Amino acid sequence: MALSLGSTFALSLASPFSALPGQAAKRPSISSSAAGKIFLNAKNIEKKHLHQFQKASKVLAYYGLTNPPYKLDALEPYMSRRTLELHWGSIHRGYVDSLNKQLAKSTLYGCTMEELIKTTFNNGNPLPEYNNAAEIWNHDFFWESMQPNGGKLPWGGLLQQIEKDFGSFSNFRDDFVQTAITFFGSGWVWLVLKTNEKKLSIVKTSNAVCPLVWGDIPIINLDMWEHSYYLDYKDDISKYVNNFMDHLISWHSATARIVRAEAFVNLGEPKIPVA
Amino acid sequence: MAFRTLLAKKTLSLASSFAPASSSGDRWLGASLRQVRTLTVAALPDLPYDYGALEPVISGEIMKIHHQKHHQTYINNYNKALEQLDAAIAKGDASAVVQLQSAIKFNGGGHVNHTIFWQNLKPTNEGGGEPPHSTLGWAIDTNFNSLEALIQKMNAEGAALQGSGWVWLALDKGSKKLSVETTANQDPLVTKGATLVPLLGIDVWEHAYYLQYKNVRPDYLKNIWKVINWKYASEVYDKETADDTL
Repeated sequence: MALSLGSTFALSLASPFSALPGQAAKRPSISSSAAGKIFLNAKNIEKKHLHQFQKASKVLAYYGLTNPPYKLDALEPYMSRRTLELHWGSIHRGYVDSLNKQLAKSTLYGCTMEELIKTTFNNGNPLPEYNNAAEIWNHDFFWESMQPNGGKLPWGGLLQQIEKDFGSFSNFRDDFVQTAITFFGSGWVWLVLKTNEKKLSIVKTSNAVCPLVWGDIPIINLDMWEHSYYLDYKDDISKYVNNFMDHLISWHSATARIVRAEAFVNLGEPKIPVA
Repeated sequence: MAFRTLLAKKTLSLASSFAPASSSGDRWLGASLRQVRTLTVAALPDLPYDYGALEPVISGEIMKIHHQKHHQTYINNYNKALEQLDAAIAKGDASAVVQLQSAIKFNGGGHVNHTIFWQNLKPTNEGGGEPPHSTLGWAIDTNFNSLEALIQKMNAEGAALQGSGWVWLALDKGSKKLSVETTANQDPLVTKGATLVPLLGIDVWEHAYYLQYKNVRPDYLKNIWKVINWKYASEVYDKETADDTL
């Protein structure tokens, strides 16, 4: 199953830059980090686009809408099917369509979503594509931060790290819930691994801002835009957050993410008991 | 009710530092002879119409939650922040004073903005949606060419606003010019210019329309003009533009 984590896939197309008969092969100039690779979402590619790639000398980037890793009614009764139909099917899809429309006229192509976000954030002076790109990534991350029969407790190394950085799991939980309840406006609440301080931390971001732009590694996020909870909870943010913590949060995803993060951030030697 | 409780609290704390207190009954007497600084807190204004009166443009369900829950919460949190501010000022705790500013701006702004918003709306059978005439009407034609152009501009800016915020028809007290402004979250219009006065404000937070219009904010914006209270906007305009004819 495609656990996208916001990244896209490298497709090995049959020599996309191969020359048409009678023409010299022209390699388009793409950034070195994406050199030679085209990132596309496998689900949404059509034969027509494949054909166009083989003929075109310009690389066009398209992003696709990834499905949540569960059916739309799988999170009931904590997040209704209707909410997901609108939130994913309409709002998230809307961001994808908008970004693709913008990219059709832009020079930003051949990037992974993460690269696109960092580039378009432009050090705090965001380009117009930023909002759409970041919201696509944030929502992909959000669907995967939840699961049916979620909640309960993390385990193993992740639990140890939480206990180390927050004192106890319940401290972390209270902190997270408080941050969400006192949120001003639209945005997201995150559990991130701070790369410089090498510890877990709770951060809040406004609107579409994603901690990737600061080089931190997100572990879990919670959508605090009103569209995320209004149909199910109206203005009862407390109930929404508590249900998220108790029944939806996917510690499986969080564990996978922190395991990957440890390849980039040294969290120290594991305490292996000596026999 | 909250006001009286606060008054009692303030009175008690001041009296205890001066008057020899034997029983709580005596404190009232001692305190009433002194100058007590009282804290005026905000209260939820009543809507000048029923919750369902703006249907089918804005549903009664939305109006009820918007007024009784959202606006009330802003007021409660604003009052709490005011109390804390008062205590911090009394103690001379400058960093606490500064730290409270964002809560005051957000919750106080929410209270200010929504108070204006309820006045900006009127049921259609009471004049809601009726276009502005005379002074404001001419000013709109001068500044925007036509009412339709103004509405289109406000709708475009409202729809383009990312996240939560407000779209305003603003009057600059100094230049007497009209303009369309947007503010983020609950920032009041004055954050865009100290001389700006709000004639109309449209709440584009999702809570203002989501239950009815879902994520189609443009539909909400298109329809809300049917219940906009231009009479109120005209009154504010006339008052502000008449002020300097002294």
